[in-house]
Amino acid sequence: MTPFITLDGLAIPIEGRNIDTDQIIPARFLKKSRGEYGDYLFYDLRTNAEQQPRTDYILNQPIFQGATVMVCDENFGCGSSREAAVYALVDFGIRAVLAPSFGDIFYNNCLKNGVLPIVLPSALLNTLRQQLTQTAASTSPAATDFAALKIAIDLAQRSVHCSHFPEPQRFDIDPFWQECLMKGVDEIALTLGYSAQIQAFERHHRKNQPWLAPEPSN
Amino acid sequence: MVSPSPLALSLFEKIWRQHVIVERETGPSLLYIDRHLIHEGSFHAFSALRERGLSLRNPKQIFGVADHYVPTISRNPQDAATPEITQMITRFEKNMQWSGAHYFPIDDPRQGIVHVMGPEQGITLPGSTLTCSDSHTSTHGAFGALAFGIGQSESTHVLATQTLWQPKPKGLRVLLTGHPRAGVSGKDIILALIAQIGSSGATGHAVEFAGPAMGALSLEDRLTMCNMTIEAGARFGIIAPDDLVFDYLYGRPFAPQQGEWDQALVRWRQLSSDPGCTWDHEIELDLNVLAPMVTWGTSPEAALPITGTIPNPMDVSSIALRQSMVDALRYMALTPGTPLNTIKIDRVFIGSCTNARLADLRSAAAIFKGTRSKVPGIVVAGSMHVKRAAEQEGLDLIFKQAGLEWREPGCSMCVGINGDTAPAGERIASTSNRNFVGRQGPGVRTHLMSPAMVAAAAITGHLTDVRALHDRMSQ
Repeated sequence: MTPFITLDGLAIPIEGRNIDTDQIIPARFLKKSRGEYGDYLFYDLRTNAEQQPRTDYILNQPIFQGATVMVCDENFGCGSSREAAVYALVDFGIRAVLAPSFGDIFYNNCLKNGVLPIVLPSALLNTLRQQLTQTAASTSPAATDFAALKIAIDLAQRSVHCSHFPEPQRFDIDPFWQECLMKGVDEIALTLGYSAQIQAFERHHRKNQPWLAPEPSN
Repeated sequence: MVSPSPLALSLFEKIWRQHVIVERETGPSLLYIDRHLIHEGSFHAFSALRERGLSLRNPKQIFGVADHYVPTISRNPQDAATPEITQMITRFEKNMQWSGAHYFPIDDPRQGIVHVMGPEQGITLPGSTLTCSDSHTSTHGAFGALAFGIGQSESTHVLATQTLWQPKPKGLRVLLTGHPRAGVSGKDIILALIAQIGSSGATGHAVEFAGPAMGALSLEDRLTMCNMTIEAGARFGIIAPDDLVFDYLYGRPFAPQQGEWDQALVRWRQLSSDPGCTWDHEIELDLNVLAPMVTWGTSPEAALPITGTIPNPMDVSSIALRQSMVDALRYMALTPGTPLNTIKIDRVFIGSCTNARLADLRSAAAIFKGTRSKVPGIVVAGSMHVKRAAEQEGLDLIFKQAGLEWREPGCSMCVGINGDTAPAGERIASTSNRNFVGRQGPGVRTHLMSPAMVAAAAITGHLTDVRALHDRMSQ
């Protein structure tokens, strides 16, 4: 997993409460291989009935190409456990998602893929999305200075800053996941380090409930 | 009233504590996973294992079943909607053979939707931890298991280590009082709850359903309720197991066998929340006042009693909420003020891990008996076991005589991943769990409701209060 330490990236506002993982990656594209999901991110919103890009959709706007941060609304990533929703974000280039709340499984899936989910107050993010949209509308795609569309994240400090905030915003993340993200920890390797404890637990557990690791009776 | 006691534990906490291997001062604990279920979507997990030279730590605690991608027109993988889907099924078969795990292939008499098959085979046990890379794994909590949906990375972790790092969720108790009236099922109860608390109302929580009404609810009702707790944001739904559960499990293939059964039963009878244990949140739901529910929008929280009308976004003060209602009504092609029971439908779907068990099919068949559906549709039994049992009772004939197709088990039109979808623009009355945009095919409009309500809509051609057909109802 790619470590996440700091990020200073172009931010794209995504409107809508309860954006489910079916929206983020429609079910028919789940069969793809890792690395191939980026083109299918928000596919049904990005394309029209003729499978052509919808130029008015925010993901297709030239100014947002190269975005690495997404600014979203409540309950982002609810619904299906499909991890391909996060693969699609990663393959598109997204490394951090800001939202007032996330679907629980989606939040976990982000952590496993080096994507930082950041919870910030709803009112703050509502205003930020509006400001980003307005700034983008008044900025020429040929411009070279995108400072007003950028967000800076420092995971060690647990802080987010951008030109639209009066001061850097602090966010909460469990120190365990913070460390995993910052070091790009391989969780399986970490757990295998506890093999002795797992074995001891298993012995005790099976003695108490021998039926839990079964052969079928018929 | 019992005063709060620090020693009193909730059912969830008891099971959690019995599975903690490593506890840290803050953050997630390393939790032991007793049983893990997988399906065809597991290919990323197997690729990750192979890449690292890892294998399954405890293959006998892993159960694989083909359900998401399988065709429902036959049991032949070659009949899948596309060659790519056929390949998914055969790839799963190869992975399962490589793994040494228990495997229920497409043509196995035990095959079924993972959340229907698990309880049937006695894989789902009280007091155990159970995971599956599917968000509706909360279903199994109806048997007093600590069961939750995970992603593919977490699934890889379970396959390799039989453990997971998990933060302990908060506790939310839903106290059910009263008695459900005729025509009101587990589906209506859970839709009413989601409508009340919202689709993120239980995020970060484990939901325990409890209260005096529990005894009146069938196992199928309980499974449906726990199944859809994820639609309120909760990964876990749980219910204290009782004799209904124990009697059901007795003699099932993967349940404790003779010699172990009595020992298991002693443990299982201790599985309930202690009086005086504390909850982060509590909600009371009076079942006496519930009516059959239907959804009108593109999130399960957009649910109303069938006696209601399409709400007006202008009545809502929150701008964000108003906009999401406007978007939902545009997608659903519905106008504020329209009585719900006048909305015409194009097709019906009876199936899914939410509502495709024998009791669900019986309640739908009772409405259909001797009459025709005004719209086409498919009935997809939740498992081979359910299908055989339904056929023994002649339910298949009732559905076929009504003009519906009687299909082989699988997830089918609930997720549409196997190619069972509807044409764009169609409106579906569905027993499934998600009315998301495009869920049953791009541009398809889904209304969620109980099996009896879907049957009522089918025979009238529009959303209908099943209580008006009381002479047909099974209850």
